[in-house]
Amino acid sequence: MSITQSSASLFTTATEEKEGAFNARYSLWIKEALDELPHSFTITDPFISGHPIVFASPGFLKMTGYSREEVIGRNGRAFQGPKTNRRSIMEIREAIREERSVQVSILNYRKSGSPFWMLFHMIPVFGNGDGRVIHFVAVQVPISGQKMRNGSGCSELVFGSCRREVCLGSYVHQERALPVECDEQELENWEHCEASESEKLKSAEAVGNVLSVLTRYSEFAGRLVCGKRSCLRVADCLSSSLVISLGRIKQSFVLTNPYLPDMPIVYASDAFLTLTGYKRHEVLGQNCRFLSGVDTDSSVLYEMKECILKGQPCTVQILNYSNRKDKSTFWNLLHISPVRNASGKTAYFVGVQMEASCKDIESKELRPETRQLSVVGAVRVAVRSSFMVTC
Amino acid sequence: MLKIKRVPTVVSNYQKDEASDESVGCGRNCLGACCLNGARLPLYSCKKLEKSGTGEKLVISHEAREPPVAFLESLVLGEWEDRFQRGLFRYDVTACETKVIPGKYGFVAQLNEGRHLKKRPTEFRVDKVLQSFDGNKFNFTKVGQEELLFQFEAGEDCDVQFFPCMPLDAENSPSVVAINVSPIEYGHVLLIPRVLDCLPQRIDHKSLLLALHMAAEAANPYFRLGYNSLGAFATINHLHFQAYYLAMPFPLEKAPSKKMITTVSGVKISELVNYPVRSLLFEGGNSMQDLSDTVSDACVCLQENNIPFNILISDSGRQIFLMPQCYAEKQALGEVSPELLETQVNPAVWEISGHMVLKRKEDYEGASEENAWRLLAEASLSEERFKEVNALIFEAIGCSNQEEELEGILVQPSGSVNQTGNRTLGGPIANGAASECLVLQ
Repeated sequence: MSITQSSASLFTTATEEKEGAFNARYSLWIKEALDELPHSFTITDPFISGHPIVFASPGFLKMTGYSREEVIGRNGRAFQGPKTNRRSIMEIREAIREERSVQVSILNYRKSGSPFWMLFHMIPVFGNGDGRVIHFVAVQVPISGQKMRNGSGCSELVFGSCRREVCLGSYVHQERALPVECDEQELENWEHCEASESEKLKSAEAVGNVLSVLTRYSEFAGRLVCGKRSCLRVADCLSSSLVISLGRIKQSFVLTNPYLPDMPIVYASDAFLTLTGYKRHEVLGQNCRFLSGVDTDSSVLYEMKECILKGQPCTVQILNYSNRKDKSTFWNLLHISPVRNASGKTAYFVGVQMEASCKDIESKELRPETRQLSVVGAVRVAVRSSFMVTC
Repeated sequence: MLKIKRVPTVVSNYQKDEASDESVGCGRNCLGACCLNGARLPLYSCKKLEKSGTGEKLVISHEAREPPVAFLESLVLGEWEDRFQRGLFRYDVTACETKVIPGKYGFVAQLNEGRHLKKRPTEFRVDKVLQSFDGNKFNFTKVGQEELLFQFEAGEDCDVQFFPCMPLDAENSPSVVAINVSPIEYGHVLLIPRVLDCLPQRIDHKSLLLALHMAAEAANPYFRLGYNSLGAFATINHLHFQAYYLAMPFPLEKAPSKKMITTVSGVKISELVNYPVRSLLFEGGNSMQDLSDTVSDACVCLQENNIPFNILISDSGRQIFLMPQCYAEKQALGEVSPELLETQVNPAVWEISGHMVLKRKEDYEGASEENAWRLLAEASLSEERFKEVNALIFEAIGCSNQEEELEGILVQPSGSVNQTGNRTLGGPIANGAASECLVLQ
């Protein structure tokens, strides 16, 4: 993908890419089947940088007022706003990090800017064969606000233009009552809005329905998914939370696993793929030597190997061969370093590539060396923390 | 006068025993007048404070994606990794085993035998939160310049400004970010506001705002800033904050909270519920400055009343926890059990937040939520005392919006700690002095 493409077309291509990745997992007509469900839900892919939404149901679009193009590729945070409770945001973030389900009331905002409370119910979806999280499914059930609470009890609620009897709750007609037409200002100021039992049941039902469709269509495609992890994640598969963290790093880098035969690449950033011109599936599982060629200095390769064996960081300048259209070679200022996990032992090696021509310093930017090292630092933080999750 | 003995943590390679620190010969490339000329560091000038919108329509913005690594984060991590590879740290913190303790809160324990010096403990006075700066003792003008990463300032522009190589000019009163050579986690740094002004360890409005700026600029909820007052395990009496990355929530951040009041400037103050250390949580505010000023007012009140405390700035500067404590006092009075003392864990801000660094293997192997809770509970004020302190704080916040410039030593009546010190703000204390930090059985 050329850097000179306009941002608009970049976004469209990105949307297609994301939808493409989704389609690849399931058999044909998955989208149509999901579209038939009445619920509001979104499906996200943690293995795409930015953890974006890859599917949004018509119910979701209707509830939020956005079009499909405006939603696909966005992260779930886009629907949060200034008055969204920070604790709820943290709960969702932690559930994603720990690859588990969560059900929490949260204030979101429509396209118009108007706030609304909803019950957010999210589950991880696991791949049956490799035990990793393929997607997160999130269901949204609007909360009517019959039972609402703030930290100090109902008596301290500010009613404003709210109809008092509705806010206090007419419990007799709970099921059939209209959503509370409260002043938006008041809605935003509620500390919390508890979902009713029926709303909670609705969310569980919706989650179940979505999961059924995904399971059925994954079965047809021969790559089953399920709601529970069926086996331990295989060794060369990174956890989704680690992948999400790594996805924040915008430079070119790879992680390799020194404990697997021939030290294969287990993670490659988008920027690496752009730099080298390869596709992700072409590089995962391969040793980095595919980047070397006829004119690559073998003494440099030897130096790298020595450092890896000694577990020391090193920087080398190496001639690499790309798979870009022009099959050009480039000088790669490569920095390699061992990375430890929470046990204190080396878990991976990180390789950060920098095209030598980029060494020219732009005065307002970080020095290229600093930027290269910042990738190493960010990877260290991500790897160390990702292994500390209690299961 | 109350004192305890403890081994101070070495945060700089030039930190020495208090006793032998007279001859400050140079050639170390420090920040003293001897070496300052010609010193250069990158300068990060953060963007001007924006007022947080009220009633603004939400526009899908950069928040729409999982945010990429921010510029400041790259600067911190990149410079830190550079020092890491140059061997400036006393040990490789990533080689220290760490785990989450099973339990409701998920306390984090680390086995770190290298952090604590195997040295003779030195005496620390623990009954004075305000002590004047002593140039003869170790301070941050004595660090080697290689331990400094960059200058940091609150800018006037609406954009971030970065200057890769800016001279350190005493006239500008630069604030700097330095490494902590005994890191608790990767990226552990010190923020030293107006380093050349040699401010003692006490909170003032401008400095807390600077710290808040840094948290906001880092734009990462896993990068927190912390502060220890004197008497709450600050090692060095030269104004500084600490910060590091830990990509998981602190137990303190997970504790439920109960709202108490909202100030006129929109700052919401809550108290934590069901956490071993009684704490206040400040959030919101019509602007970041309002939030910062309210917390500063509270801290000034605590300082004037000689109450040691810790601060945790969390959630990219949106949440500030204030934890008054009395562990050091209890220790000095011999009220802490020998078992707890033997772990040599001092409940400073990170420990109170739930991150415990343990020096003995048996403590690490046997780490439990119960043990952690028990240790932290010792640091907490009692229910009664906490209420009294809150009353003081609320009055201070209501009363005063301006920073009181405190010069020199605050004159205190000598004698037992049970005296409540220099009470310039009113409020009678129920039951007199004896109710301060007693553990209620």
